[in-house]
Amino acid sequence: MENEVAISVKNISKKFGQHVAVNDISFDVKKGEIFGLLGPNGAGKSTLINMMTTLMQPDQGEIMINGLNTISQSRQVRSQFSVTGQSATIDRELSARENLFLFGRLNGLNRDSAHQRSEELLVDFDLVQSADHSVSTFSGGMLRRLDLAISLIGNPSILFLDEPTTGLDPRTRTQMWVAIQKLVKNGTTVLLTTQYLEEADQLADRIALIDHGRLIAEDKPSELKKLVGGLQLKVTVEQNESVIPTQSIIEKVLGKTVNVENRNLTVILDNNAFNKVSEILDKILASKIMLSSFKIDAPSLDEVFLSMTVGKN
Amino acid sequence: MKNQQKASIMSTTLTMAHRNLLKTWHNPDNLSDVIIQPIIFTLLFGFLFGGVIAGSVHAYLPMLVSGILIQSILNAAAGSGQQLREDINSGIFDRFKTLPISAFVPLAGQLIGDALRLLLSGLISLGTAFAIGWRPSVNLIMIACVLILAIFIGWSTSWIFVLIGLLVKNAELIGSLSMIIILVMTFLSNAVIPIRTLPLFLQSIVQLNPVTITISAIRAIMKTGYWNTEATLVIISGIIIIAIFMPLSLMVYRKNN
Ligand SMILES: Nc1ncnc2c1ncn2[C@@H]1O[C@H](COP(=O)(O)OP(=O)(O)OP(=O)(O)O)[C@@H](O)[C@H]1O
Ligand SMILES: [Mg+2]
Repeated sequence: MENEVAISVKNISKKFGQHVAVNDISFDVKKGEIFGLLGPNGAGKSTLINMMTTLMQPDQGEIMINGLNTISQSRQVRSQFSVTGQSATIDRELSARENLFLFGRLNGLNRDSAHQRSEELLVDFDLVQSADHSVSTFSGGMLRRLDLAISLIGNPSILFLDEPTTGLDPRTRTQMWVAIQKLVKNGTTVLLTTQYLEEADQLADRIALIDHGRLIAEDKPSELKKLVGGLQLKVTVEQNESVIPTQSIIEKVLGKTVNVENRNLTVILDNNAFNKVSEILDKILASKIMLSSFKIDAPSLDEVFLSMTVGKN
Repeated sequence: MKNQQKASIMSTTLTMAHRNLLKTWHNPDNLSDVIIQPIIFTLLFGFLFGGVIAGSVHAYLPMLVSGILIQSILNAAAGSGQQLREDINSGIFDRFKTLPISAFVPLAGQLIGDALRLLLSGLISLGTAFAIGWRPSVNLIMIACVLILAIFIGWSTSWIFVLIGLLVKNAELIGSLSMIIILVMTFLSNAVIPIRTLPLFLQSIVQLNPVTITISAIRAIMKTGYWNTEATLVIISGIIIIAIFMPLSLMVYRKNN
């Protein structure tokens, strides 16, 4: 059971006119796994989700959901999953309770179970207080939670989430993560998209990196991070003439090449290089170099992509 | 895991119609089209024009009631294009498409919801007229026939607006377009004024207007208590409208979905 495939994407391509939105992408998602599609704006994440959820037909390739073909068996496929789109699609005029009930009925629950499930989900997603208010009065976070709750009313075995946490404050984002992890504990397979490396890292068992419609890498978060290296030291000096002396100080201490861009110096820190950071700082200050910033950072998504694409070409 | 039964087309369509009515219920704009407008128009025209046109409000009501009935029903029917487009543009139709229900259920839900809205609107028109003193001279069965005739022609007209809703991408544009069409069609008819008061060239336009023919048919039934050939003609026109616009709408709907 462990290695059963829930979603199988094979050589999928999709063009919009001349523009190739998805270019020959393949990956498998195992049952009970959280799989993250990570990529910047316009990478093709939503287009991929649309094809997996039968809303769009791929130009090429084949997608199987629980062994069912998304094109020839679309009706059966639709009973295997739920999807929460990138922007919340909920009837704003209706209340949370009404929305849940209606989607329960549309998912084939009888009246009693639809009512019962609605109440459970209202509790689970902390929406009981506002259950009867019109959804148009909801905050972004409440809307997102309700959106997810609606997707869960039919107890889907596979859940697609398109940027479930974009635009949420840190607290609500964490709530969302907890909700998603709870689902997976109960056996649901989750495929989610995100623009945040940190989020993919926190949540996903495996990540596919996509950019410009191409799959750049697919692996466990820990493996991907090894590819880019760990933390970085970023130093910015105030004067142009300080760049070269600073560069030589850092290179001497770490024994590594420093990347220089204007007055910004960046270098990758190996594990356990923290003690060397203070040495660098001491030496810079001793040389009377004026600093505008000195910080240690995780690599940004941009840098991950950069190193991936550079590495490939 | 997914433990529910596949829902029947019947029950999912009714759920969709239920949603449609809830939306009307919660939306002041839609609600005013269906409920407030028939009341206001009956009161306004009744008390404003009653004296001028018929000598008194009471004498005007038998004429006005049929006019307002059709006007309200067409007005409610005209809302369906905009509602449909708003649903498509909001993305909720995409969400419906990922549900294990037949692709036509959302559209069917809209049209069943429409029929119920028309019924409500028709009942309110008649009810308001009754409240200010209109007393029908025919029995309840004939009134029911009139109501059904009005709803049927309204419902077939809503297929025209559904097609507009499917073709035009901008919901507000559809809204104003529908309103203009209905305003012109109903005011260039005998709905609230006797035709003979109009200049000659307008009289001929008004006489050709299908709304005029429908209203005349209904007035005749309300007066005589008997079905007439004009009413049969109205039914046939409704069937023709449906025969043209239903397949066209379904075609466009299927293509987009
Ligand atoms: N219906 C469409 N018609 C034409 N082009 C489209 C359509 N949908 C998407 N595209 C284009 O395809 C590319 C991929 O879009 P997609 O929405 O899949 O990106 P995304 O990864 O979801 O981005 P975001 O993070 O902004 O949501 C973009 O360049 C977009 O402009
Ligand atoms: Mg997207």
